[in-house]
Order: sequence, then C-alpha cells, then structure tokens
Amino acid sequence: MIRINCPVCGLRDETEFTYGGDASVTRPPIDDTQLSSWMDFVFMRDNPRGEHREFWHHVQGCRQWLVLERNTANHAIGSCTLAAGRGT
Amino acid sequence: MGKYSAFSVFRHALTGNRNWQRAWRDPEPKSAYDVVIVGAGGHGLATAYYLAKEHGIRNVAVIEKGWLGGGNTGRNTTIVRSNYMMPGNTRFYERSLRLWENLSHELNYNVMFSQRGQYGLCHSPAQMDAARRRGNIMRANGIDAQLLSREQVQARLPYIDYSQNARFPIHGSLYQGRAGTARHDAVAWGYARAADGQGVDIIQQCEVLGYLWENGNIVGVETTKGDIKAKKVALAVAGHTGHLAEKANLRLPIETHCLQAFVSEPLKPLVDTVISFGGAHFYISQSDKGGLVMGGDLDGYNSYAQRGGLPIVEHSLASAKALIPGVSRLRLLRHWAGVMDMSMDGSPFITKTPVDGLYLNGGWCYGGFKATPASGWCYAWTIAKDEPHEDNAEFTLDRFERGYQIDEKGAGPQPNAH
Repeated sequence: MIRINCPVCGLRDETEFTYGGDASVTRPPIDDTQLSSWMDFVFMRDNPRGEHREFWHHVQGCRQWLVLERNTANHAIGSCTLAAGRGT
Repeated sequence: MGKYSAFSVFRHALTGNRNWQRAWRDPEPKSAYDVVIVGAGGHGLATAYYLAKEHGIRNVAVIEKGWLGGGNTGRNTTIVRSNYMMPGNTRFYERSLRLWENLSHELNYNVMFSQRGQYGLCHSPAQMDAARRRGNIMRANGIDAQLLSREQVQARLPYIDYSQNARFPIHGSLYQGRAGTARHDAVAWGYARAADGQGVDIIQQCEVLGYLWENGNIVGVETTKGDIKAKKVALAVAGHTGHLAEKANLRLPIETHCLQAFVSEPLKPLVDTVISFGGAHFYISQSDKGGLVMGGDLDGYNSYAQRGGLPIVEHSLASAKALIPGVSRLRLLRHWAGVMDMSMDGSPFITKTPVDGLYLNGGWCYGGFKATPASGWCYAWTIAKDEPHEDNAEFTLDRFERGYQIDEKGAGPQPNAH
C-alpha cells in the first residue's frame, strides 16, 4: 500500500487516489500546429526507472490534483505538492 | 543433442536417468555475431529459433542479464487465445495460435499446450452485443468463436454464481474452443533447446550496459562479459524496453507498469477451462498441479518493482469470489508481480527503429505470452528481411504519428487502462 502525504488531507492510502500519469509532460500552446509536439505530449514518455514526478487525483478526499515524487524502482515516496498553479 | 521420445524416456529409465545430456550449451560469447538478441525470454528465444530455422541465420547470440525465462515468461498466467478484432491484431494472434497447435511437435519438447477453451463472460445485454460483434469479426477471419447463452454457460460452468443476488448476473459468453493454456517455463526451455540445436549461443548472466556505435548506427552491445559486435541488435526485453531504448536515445510510447498474479493452494479439478470475468478485470484457470491461477488489474501506476500492492490483491480476490463463491475459503499459495511494457494503445511493437542496426520487440502489455510463437516468427522475418511480414506490418512505432493506433479496448492513450 502506497501512502501519499496529501498537502490538504495528510497521510492517506493510495486507494483514495487515482493515478494521472507523468507530470513532466507539458501541453503545447493551443496554437502550436506542429504534429510532433502534440505527438510527444499525448504519446511519448520518458518512463524512467527511478525518480518519477506524477499526477495523482485525491478523488475520495479533497479532490485536488497533486504532483507526487515517487521512485518507480522501489515505490519510495518523496514530496507531494498541489498541481494547481503550476501552469500546464 | 538427443531427440526426446517415449523410447528415450524408457531407455534412460533403465540407466537410472543418469545419462541425460544437458538441453542447451553454456558458451562464452564470441566477439561478433550476425544478430544479437537481447533478452532470453520466450520472445527472444523464439526469434533466435525462427531466424535459424526459417531464414538460415545461425550466427546468433541471445544474451540475458539473469537466467533464461526468468522475466515475464515465468510470471504470466499462461493463457493462450486469439479473440482479437482489430485489423493488425486479428491475423497476428491467429498465426500465433496456429503455431501453438503444433509447437510441442515442432520443438520436440512438451509445452503442455492444452486447448481447454476460454469463456469471456458477459453480464449485460450491451456486453452480449459487444461479444457478438467480436465473435462475428473473428469468424469472418476464420477464427473459431461461439456465442453462448446463459443456459449454455450454466450447463458447462455450473460452479459460478447464477443466483438472483449475483452482483454481475451471467447473460452469456463468447467462447473460443481452441484457446487454452500452456506450460510457460517449458515454452522458454523448448525454444532454448531447439535454438541451441540450430547453433544459437544462449549467454546467461550477461547484462547489456550500452551499445557500440559507428557513424550513428548501432553495431553491437557493451556487456558485462565484454563488447560483442553485431550486424543487427534486436531487443526482446518487454518490461524493460524503456530502459534499453533510453540508452539508444529513443523515447517510446510506453510506460512500465506492474501486474500481479496469484495461485491458490491446490485442489481437485474444478475449473477445467479458462474464464474471463466481464464484471471486473479478472481471469482464472487451474494448473495441472491443482492451483487456481488468477490475474487481475494493473496496480495502475508506473513501476519497475516486480512487487505489487495489497489493494489489487483484495480487488482480484473479491472478483474471484464474486464469480465463484465456492473459492471463498481457499488460501493463496503464492502471489507475485511482473513488469509490463504498457503501450499507449494496448498493442505491441515488432519493428525496425529509427536507429539503424536496432530492432524492437516490445510493448506487449498483458498479452505477451500467447503471442510468443508468432512474435518470434514475425520478428525473425523483420530482422532477416529488413521489412515486416504482413502479419506484423501494423506493429510499428510510427502508427501513433499516422493516427493508426490499434486500440482493442478503445481506452485511449492511457497505458494503465488497457
């Protein structure tokens, strides 16, 4: 069981959250007509073995989107911050 | 290498089984090969076998960082089926099933392929409609499929929950009679022995650290046993594809996720077929040793840990009990996890890459075991001829760019949803 330190609710079980994927990808500007930049955003991932920044949605808690640092090799949890205001 | 037969079993029994030869050699790597395959799982070994047998390319090494068949080949739930309906998948998986049907004979090794049938249960009229559509597409492609009513399912599988209170009532099932299970380790061992018999070097405990480059092309691999030159380097390392692609500066439409499987304590024959639950993501069969073999959903977040969490244990076993209430007091004997290449559309890659000299086989999601023979067969074709066979022509990396995803489940670019 992964336990996530929600900045609003405190330490909660992973079952209260849904996973939102890699938080390092950024959405291109809406007027970007390059196919490749949208391809990268929608489909391509670094998929690291180790430190990973990722979105989680505290869907059964405060309903905030969070950015969590987690190690994909051993599931160790790092910092957890609100995603709001990070501008993606 | 001696041929295995009933006679050889009898003859070796007379001498106390002391004189069996080892099934494959344990060579040191040569300095150069025509093809180096990275990963001695089912897919890599099958590729080596078909390269030698179908294309006459015998100067081949399969290198493996651990031991042969120790990755997902030894961690799956051994189900073989070909109930796919998307163009690109349908013919490929049917080729695989046809190769399975003759595999023990072909390899002179008993892979214990048992065509015990597979039921895909439906729990609503909408699921029945979807099953009817899938079955029709399969039949149009010459693949066996039968739509069964609730009564037909009840006559065949009396032990699942047909009560008024069932959380997911049984409306019927799509049934593929030629589907079944196989002995997963034997598939790796059979292909290893047959490839070795064709002259392929299988080199275990040899990890790839990087690639040898020449003018921007890959011309070999750096390993813990030294540099090995190769005209072609072929990855077959599903689960760890991202890691080895990164060393070749490739970014892929793949995330690595963890999938758990479970085996119960052994019991007398109960489930003599393969059942896929339609109410949640869950499937069950019974091994020859008597254990119920079960699998469920991904844990849902990127992971290379080969170790899952308890929420999915609970989810999978709750599904088991919802489907077959009689299993409620069984104990689990083992559970484990494998790491999957989850691609962005749920379908695999068997293709050349943008880097000359590097070939890719990966992105198998849940479906790698059943694909083993056709994956090896098509990958060998692609490596030998530098172009895909028509059965793997759609499994390219550029399908995302072109808008030709093969999204069997219609889940969109969400790797944890496939």
